Amino acid sequence: MRRLLFGVLATLFASGQLMAQAHVGQYEQADIAYGSTLYATYCVVCHGESGDLFPGVNLRSGVFRHAASDRDLRGILLDGIPGTTMVPGAYEDAELVALVAYLRNMDTEIGGVALGDATRGQELFQGRGDCGSCHRVAGQGPRFAPDLSAIGAIRSAAVLSRALEDPHGSTLPMNRAVRVVTADGTVINGRRLNEDTYTVQLIAADERLLSLDKADLREYTILTAWDLPSYADVFSEEEVADLLAYLRSLKGMN
Amino acid sequence: MARFALLLLLAPFGLSAQVSFERLLNAEEEPHNWLTYSGTYASTRYSLLDRITPANVGELELKWVFQAQSLEKFESSPLVVDGIMYLTEAPNTAVALDAARGRVFWDYRHNPSNLSRPCCGRVNRGLAMLGDTLFMATLDAQLIAIDAVNGQPVWRNAVADPSAGYAMTLAPLVVKDKVIIGVAGGEFGIRGFISAYDAETGEEAWKFYTIPGPGEPGHETWEGDTDAWQHGGASVWLTGSYDPDLDQTYWGIGNPGPDWNPAQRPGDNLYSDAVVALDPDTGELQWYFQFTPNDDYDYDAVQIPVLADIGLETFSSGRQMLWANRNGFFYVLDRTNGEFVRGEPFTDVNWASGLSESGRPIETPQPPGETTYPGVQGATNWYSPSYSPRTGLFYVPAWENYGSIFWPEEQEYQEGLRFLGGIPGTPIPGGPNIPSLRGSRINNWTEAVGTGAVIAIDPVTGEHRWKYEMTDVTTSGILTTATDLLFTGGREGYFHALNAVTGDLLWRTNLGGDIANGPISYAVDGTQYVAVAAGNGLFVFGLRN
Repeated sequence: MRRLLFGVLATLFASGQLMAQAHVGQYEQADIAYGSTLYATYCVVCHGESGDLFPGVNLRSGVFRHAASDRDLRGILLDGIPGTTMVPGAYEDAELVALVAYLRNMDTEIGGVALGDATRGQELFQGRGDCGSCHRVAGQGPRFAPDLSAIGAIRSAAVLSRALEDPHGSTLPMNRAVRVVTADGTVINGRRLNEDTYTVQLIAADERLLSLDKADLREYTILTAWDLPSYADVFSEEEVADLLAYLRSLKGMN
Repeated sequence: MARFALLLLLAPFGLSAQVSFERLLNAEEEPHNWLTYSGTYASTRYSLLDRITPANVGELELKWVFQAQSLEKFESSPLVVDGIMYLTEAPNTAVALDAARGRVFWDYRHNPSNLSRPCCGRVNRGLAMLGDTLFMATLDAQLIAIDAVNGQPVWRNAVADPSAGYAMTLAPLVVKDKVIIGVAGGEFGIRGFISAYDAETGEEAWKFYTIPGPGEPGHETWEGDTDAWQHGGASVWLTGSYDPDLDQTYWGIGNPGPDWNPAQRPGDNLYSDAVVALDPDTGELQWYFQFTPNDDYDYDAVQIPVLADIGLETFSSGRQMLWANRNGFFYVLDRTNGEFVRGEPFTDVNWASGLSESGRPIETPQPPGETTYPGVQGATNWYSPSYSPRTGLFYVPAWENYGSIFWPEEQEYQEGLRFLGGIPGTPIPGGPNIPSLRGSRINNWTEAVGTGAVIAIDPVTGEHRWKYEMTDVTTSGILTTATDLLFTGGREGYFHALNAVTGDLLWRTNLGGDIANGPISYAVDGTQYVAVAAGNGLFVFGLRN
């Protein structure tokens, strides 16, 4: 998993100005979002996406047999539950906070999003939606836009639904389009991959990885938005549900 | 932004640098890149770059540092392809970064299963590349293909069962359209193998067991009707070499198991502690040469096979393999057929009095309780040596005055548990068995338990041309260049530049951490860089602008 992107994601959500969804409450939306990606990495194999794959255990119910407090939950995540298949995990503090935040909000995060037919969704993705002309899935398509091969494993249905509704607001700042004019007048369009005070790293439209000194650039513009429509305007509710089902089915390699 | 999308549609995909097999074959023709673990298929770790010279090496300055987010030993050797560096961070994170600035384009983190049980640290030694795909062998014995442009996994193949002690720490080797790997686990009673996978699909193409099974030639070297061969180790945890003219790939094989109790596995125990030459298309054995039969001492032949043509035509085909072995002997082999050409000890050795005409050791086992030289960590180990065709010298990182007392013990094999057959001890009261690779900041024991050196060996005569001694032992590989510079490090954290002809120190800097990989050199936009890992960082040097 990409720690860097998680960090950026956290920053994006934590800023509160970019995301209308930022909760005012006990758990930070940034932690919940980070927790959902951690859940998809560490927990989903055994507990399942809905958190109810073990008889008598429903992580979405808000009731935990071995934990009352968040502190108890953290303890279980670290130590496991002896005598059961719940194994200990070597989580860092920030990961524990995020996982607990997600577990406490799992029902809200998963619930309320309708999933349709993944096969129809795939047709929309490749056909009318034209998503495949920018996004790569399972080794097919350009690498310029973020690769979606494992998006269903790292984003919850709720997060994906928000992204379809508001692509601009959901784009990580780091993933923004940039336009660069070099000292000799060459224009490079790219997607930003990384940036610091003196340099910027991007993937150019022709898929080259470029690292540039800002001082050498005649122009460096961070474009505010991609030319992505809100898919709520393009597709019917059923179609969005189909697309979401398809995206959720993309779990990366076996 | 519509025009942007249009531009994208018009742009052909895959314009990024592709590393073809052709490029790997001719890697020495692009010395600004470092395309394989050892730089070239001949694995000489010799760079043709010549901007940094003995005259200006004193002007080297730090250009950038990559700090790993891991406290493990940094054993990874980077690849550099057209300005982009690809390396691994322990345990199994692949990173692409700007080789001139050190800034990261992407990283891909594989979390190895907690069933994996590597013997000696959660380490990884690097990547291989073909086309625009990188290949990483993981601690939980998976081979993963990663898209070099966007860092996304492309395929993976679960090569072996980590819970039975199989692990992978080596950088794979690409030959033609295949990715070749080997498995570690020599301390867990595995049955070792080398195997190849289709680079495109990840499907297994062939598998060569480093312990022959019943009915196969060599099986008789596991004597008696026991199952010792099934748990006999013979692991492979370091990258091989390739001779395209002979179409042979060469791999060093690890110790037999249990490590220190040969009585449990009578016979020569092929192909443990041997080098094997395999057909890269089929995995068929072409020849083998065993350095240490029925090993008592954990003398893995896990060193880099260095291919050099040193002008010994009168003795052999003229195509040699140079090998300073963990067992303390330096060997010259004919790599067309594995015949022994010459060999002699390069450091303190008392487990054998010499080598026979065929290269078999004339063993002189020490009485119980007496010290055996070299000790269990060996006279050298996996740290890359270097061969410079300019000086004609072979350079090896060596441990001197280092011995162990071996105490064999009967041990029953249990899957997934250490299978060692005893434990070596130190002859120094209170001293460490193995000088700790990351121990105390105070060097409490060193001259008593062993010291480090770079030894320059003339492979034609066996003569030691010079020796550069270090107070502490060294775990660093060696790089030589076309300007007769030699770069190396050591456990003390010093990064040295020596004169490769004379062994004189020309420049040094203290990087403050164990240097445990091999330095490499590359160039971007005409600037030559030298990169070396120390502690948890990769340090990159270039000349002052």
